Amino acid sequence: MKRFFKRRETTLFITLVAFCVLVSLRAPGFLAPENLNSILNDTCTLIMVALGQSFVILIGGIDMSVASTMAFTGMVTALMNQYNPGIPAWVYLPIAAALGTALGAFSGSLVAFGALPPMIATIATMSIYRGFVYVFSKGAWVTPHEMTAGYLALPSASFLGLSSMVWITITIVIAAAVFMRLTSSGRDIYAFGGNRTAALFAGVSGRKVQMLVLTASGLLAGIAGLLWVSRYGMAHSETAAGFEMQTVAACVLGGVNFVGGSGTVLGVVIGALFFGVINNALTVIHISPFFQMVIQGVIIIVAIVSNTLIDRNNQMKLVARRKI
Amino acid sequence: MASGQTILEMRGISKFFPGIKALEGVDFSMRLGEVHALIGENGAGKSTLVKVLTGVYRPTAGTIAFEGKERDFHSPVDAQEAGIAVIHQEASMFPDLTVAENIFSGHLRKGKTGLLDWRAMKTKARELLGRVELSVSTDVLVRELSVAERHLVGIARALSENASLVIMDEPTSALSLRETEDLFKIIRQLRGEGRAILFISHKFDELFEIADSYTVLRDGRYVGEGAMKDTSVDELIRMMAGRDVGHMFPVRKPNIGEEVLSVEGFSRAGFYRDVSFSLRKGEILGLFGLVGAGRSDVIRSLVGLEPRDEGRVRVNGKEVKIEGPRDALRLGIAHVPEDRQGQGLVLEMSIGDNITLPQVATLAKGPFLDSGAEDEVTRTYGQSMEIRAAGWGENAKDLSGGNQQKVVLAKWLATRPSILILDEPTKGIDVGTKAAVHAFISELASKGLSIIMISSELPEILGMSDRILVMYEGRVRSLFDKKDADESSVLKAATGADVAGSNVKGRAS
Repeated sequence: MKRFFKRRETTLFITLVAFCVLVSLRAPGFLAPENLNSILNDTCTLIMVALGQSFVILIGGIDMSVASTMAFTGMVTALMNQYNPGIPAWVYLPIAAALGTALGAFSGSLVAFGALPPMIATIATMSIYRGFVYVFSKGAWVTPHEMTAGYLALPSASFLGLSSMVWITITIVIAAAVFMRLTSSGRDIYAFGGNRTAALFAGVSGRKVQMLVLTASGLLAGIAGLLWVSRYGMAHSETAAGFEMQTVAACVLGGVNFVGGSGTVLGVVIGALFFGVINNALTVIHISPFFQMVIQGVIIIVAIVSNTLIDRNNQMKLVARRKI
Repeated sequence: MASGQTILEMRGISKFFPGIKALEGVDFSMRLGEVHALIGENGAGKSTLVKVLTGVYRPTAGTIAFEGKERDFHSPVDAQEAGIAVIHQEASMFPDLTVAENIFSGHLRKGKTGLLDWRAMKTKARELLGRVELSVSTDVLVRELSVAERHLVGIARALSENASLVIMDEPTSALSLRETEDLFKIIRQLRGEGRAILFISHKFDELFEIADSYTVLRDGRYVGEGAMKDTSVDELIRMMAGRDVGHMFPVRKPNIGEEVLSVEGFSRAGFYRDVSFSLRKGEILGLFGLVGAGRSDVIRSLVGLEPRDEGRVRVNGKEVKIEGPRDALRLGIAHVPEDRQGQGLVLEMSIGDNITLPQVATLAKGPFLDSGAEDEVTRTYGQSMEIRAAGWGENAKDLSGGNQQKVVLAKWLATRPSILILDEPTKGIDVGTKAAVHAFISELASKGLSIIMISSELPEILGMSDRILVMYEGRVRSLFDKKDADESSVLKAATGADVAGSNVKGRAS
């Protein structure tokens, strides 16, 4: 029980709930089921992409290319849909997944075989992928009336009261949790991120791990890109611009260690939800969108500083406990 | 002050750390215009004495008189300002700064305007480089220099501080013969200028060539001093060793079987050449040599962590290819690295996850982990190693050093190896735990495990090994049987002092 309260996920979740209650005091409609459902739908893409991002951060890297990957798969599927309206819309899900996987694998191979640090490799691919969006679209937008009804309905089809967007996200979260906690590949990622040398001595393949995390990140960004574009009914060259920073922020808030080695799927999900709630709450209580960015930044700082202080305190207690 | 005058007088120096007496009542003095050798085995206290002298450590007891005045150095800067310069083996150079910047780091010169006067510094640097006969530009990055050239830059730095006492800690360990000769020329020149040089080296041929006098330390105590011309290799080795070995090590009746591993003709350019040896069932093979002799490099190539140019490996008579730790594990070879925190443990992971790390994939059912099988392994080996922890879920970072070492050992024993390679198994652990580790290693060998033990501690090598393979400068120097090995013959082989060949018991083939 003590352990449960010490966990970062728990404190973060409690803070989140307290925040929601506070907001609802000023805006009673905030906790209405419709509003919560809308927050959830707004946050789904962030959850997916932040999960992929967290894999890369777990090995001490960062994936700068996720937003460009989203724009890439969003634009490619939107153009395919525009010119082949006969193809059933569900086909674009595997297509987006495959495209994202390919883009992620390319970044991964730069890291694993080209020996580039993840950040450098993905800054390069970020530019390349975004560049292709301009090339394919010639700078033009794909607008809702150029998309088929099936394509636009991809994230919004309802099942048991929840949208397909939410169902897809739930599936991904469960798959990610199983992958990280219950497979040997997941264990390899934690080991490699926690102590690269010890992992190599123990027979973990560094290249495999590097390939794996960046490919997984690409896969999730690919799916998210399709859902983003079909949800907003708009594909253009600035799709999801700057989104990579939000995914990093969600990871950090969710307790993923920036030098690698520790962090959980649950933490990332709560971290992402936190941002979803804040964005919605600030709008509900009528705070200017310009000011929202400021507040987001402040929250990141408060979260990290308090976390560092708590960690240090726990560490000191441990030291004091040691018998001398 | 003139040549021959006493410049340094350390009296009754003691340095205690919690649980360890690193130095006890050591006397040490040096005169101007001489090269003084500080001699002792690993752990004899040489480095601690140097650190006390240079203000890195404050002595627990004792006095230091430098240039006739009693001094109390609070920090390395104090010692540096007093005129003591240290030229480290590798450290204390800034690879990404230029030669001139390195020479003047810590005492940059300013012009009248208060800004740095690079012109003056470069001019002075050129003059200093001339004096150490190094012909490189002052603007070249230190990164681009060879090890020998870096030493010369270090000496130039000492000259720029106008140090009267220059300390060189194993300066030749990474130098070729030719480069060593050049370095000695500069050392003689410094001596001729009336400076005092403190020279630390394990190589006796060098000591007799360059040093004028010596002081020997053993187990943190002063043993003796004198002039190099009045002593011999044998006498120095007697002074260095001079202690009873064997009785504190576990007695084991070796039950040695057939050959299980053979390494044939290993070579890697720049690291080691033509290294061959074999390991038999139930045997402990000790691997001894100075730092830089290539012991660990050979082992790292053997288990596939580093490449090699040539050489074959046979396990149980069959030639095998080992391209990484996973291959080695499959063949039953476990390699326990030296640095437990750096190479052995994932600190953020639980004890259980650390123990099962090398075999997660083999224990798993398909892609999925088998937590039942993992718990079983953790419990079996965690208990047999008597790891003290709140639970197997506790993170490795929360354990004491001794328990961390046990987790590392449990991890590798859990792979059920037939060949165990231990790199410095007792480095950095206290005497009591050391005895326990020795007993444990001995027990493993009795159970039929074949063990290669790398160690820099001579008593450990002599006390534990059935055979001792000694490496020197990247080559196998000697192979001793337990009954033929004694401190002086092994030390001579390891320091290259057995050149006459009379002490070579036969090279390994």
